[in-house]
Amino acid sequence: MENLYWEQFKRSFAIMKKNIRIYYSKGPVVIFGLITPFFLFLSFYIGRNMPAEALIPGLLGMTAFFTATSVGPAIVPWEARAKTLERLISSPISVWTIFLGDVLSSFLFGVVVSIFPVIVGLFIGVQIVNPWILGFGIILATFCFASFSILLSAYPPTDTPAGVMMLSSMIKFPLVFISGIFIPIEELPGWGKVLSSISPLTYFTDLARYSIQGNSYYPIALNFTVLVVATIIFLVTAIKIHERTMQKRL
Amino acid sequence: MAVDHVSFQVQKGELFGFLGPNAAGKTTTIRMLTGVIKPDEGTASIFGYDILREGLKTRQLMGIVPEMANAYVDLSAWNNLILIGELYGVPKGLRQERATKLLKEFGLYERRNHLVKGYSRGMKQKLLLCMALINEPQILFLDEPTSGLDVESQRMIKDMIRDFNKNGTTVFLTTHNMEEANQLCDRIAIINHGKIAAIDSPEKLRLRSSGLQSIEVSFDKTVSVEDLSKVQDVKEARKTGDKVRLYADEPSIVLDNLIDFARSKRLKIISLNTLAPTLEDVFLKLVKES
Repeated sequence: MENLYWEQFKRSFAIMKKNIRIYYSKGPVVIFGLITPFFLFLSFYIGRNMPAEALIPGLLGMTAFFTATSVGPAIVPWEARAKTLERLISSPISVWTIFLGDVLSSFLFGVVVSIFPVIVGLFIGVQIVNPWILGFGIILATFCFASFSILLSAYPPTDTPAGVMMLSSMIKFPLVFISGIFIPIEELPGWGKVLSSISPLTYFTDLARYSIQGNSYYPIALNFTVLVVATIIFLVTAIKIHERTMQKRL
Repeated sequence: MAVDHVSFQVQKGELFGFLGPNAAGKTTTIRMLTGVIKPDEGTASIFGYDILREGLKTRQLMGIVPEMANAYVDLSAWNNLILIGELYGVPKGLRQERATKLLKEFGLYERRNHLVKGYSRGMKQKLLLCMALINEPQILFLDEPTSGLDVESQRMIKDMIRDFNKNGTTVFLTTHNMEEANQLCDRIAIINHGKIAAIDSPEKLRLRSSGLQSIEVSFDKTVSVEDLSKVQDVKEARKTGDKVRLYADEPSIVLDNLIDFARSKRLKIISLNTLAPTLEDVFLKLVKES
């Protein structure tokens, strides 16, 4: 049994490699994963006199969130339309193998692109006081957001990538505004704090602030715990829904 | 779902044809057997493994050429083959060796690094066959493998199918091409409206169709089909080019009557042949009956 799981896990890497080759350069992935967060950040930054230490955690949070959620939603509808999903389903792999591969490719995209704001920060003289917390936080958060990304394409079961991308944007944009990226959590009103607590991005942004500015709103252990729990919930829920709706896509 | 309680067995090493008109349920059957769609009810097993309870084990033994071309068009032929090899757990060295061998056999090796989106229909179909064979399957599911291909490609793929079968691979072939099934298959099942109308070898199917034997005749002058259909013991007369085909249960009796008919009308018989029913005749009859 152990061997079976290991074998399936290895096959997830094959799915991941395939996704990297095909989907990283697709238009919607580039637009929603790279261009959108960049211009969103510029519109926030230009004309404000803010210290770099206050800017970089927000930029990092936004980059990790947008990039790690840009690949996942596009893959399944794309493959359903191209009839390659049928090829995968008829292969000796489980549904969870396919989606773990999708999560891994989204995760890798998120991690690699998230390194750039860190480099920019270091270049303009930002000190990272807790580099291990930041590194571990980026890895955990991008895996969490990548798991969230496959949940975004789980329902409704469609073969129209543009539809899924638009629907996921409707969910992603409000989350960015309530997650302490543009306004620190402590400056939010009471209802804003409650609202921000439901977004996993809040906990990563808090971790990033702690790593760079040395202070956080929530305890560090809580930030990590919420990200782990959210990852498990997103992953399990997404795979269960995909298993149920898979037949409707074929 | 179009398929309604079909039941059949395929022997190990057999080349089994699954024939039927469009929308008969051929592709639905193959998609159920290959784990793409789940049947509402019923069971099926492949090499002793239940397709629902032991899906991974059954799919591990299969090679599949689906009806719709579904190689990854944004990948090269090489990367497509390597991906499928990885999904079937073929070790790295072996999958590279097999990919090279298959691409050379199918004449795709020179263009192995080109994206599949630039391939012709025939090249894509050959690539799908390569992808189905990378794991050296014990059973090969082929859904209309020669559909839409030129004659040369059709012949090449048919020769390949024969070779794989000769080497012990069980082949499950769906087609609506009678001649292809006749040339390739050990046994044929004819499906229509989701039900099996007949299963037998092509020859036996032909022989058991009484009333489909015929005489093909041509005269020196034009004779109306209506007149010929009135010849004693003729069941049906049909014009085929410059000849007329007469269907009868006992062609030998009709022969005498036909000669009498020619004499009475002062006609000279140019050609006269007795014909066994073609598989197409049998197919059309069974489809009509079902």
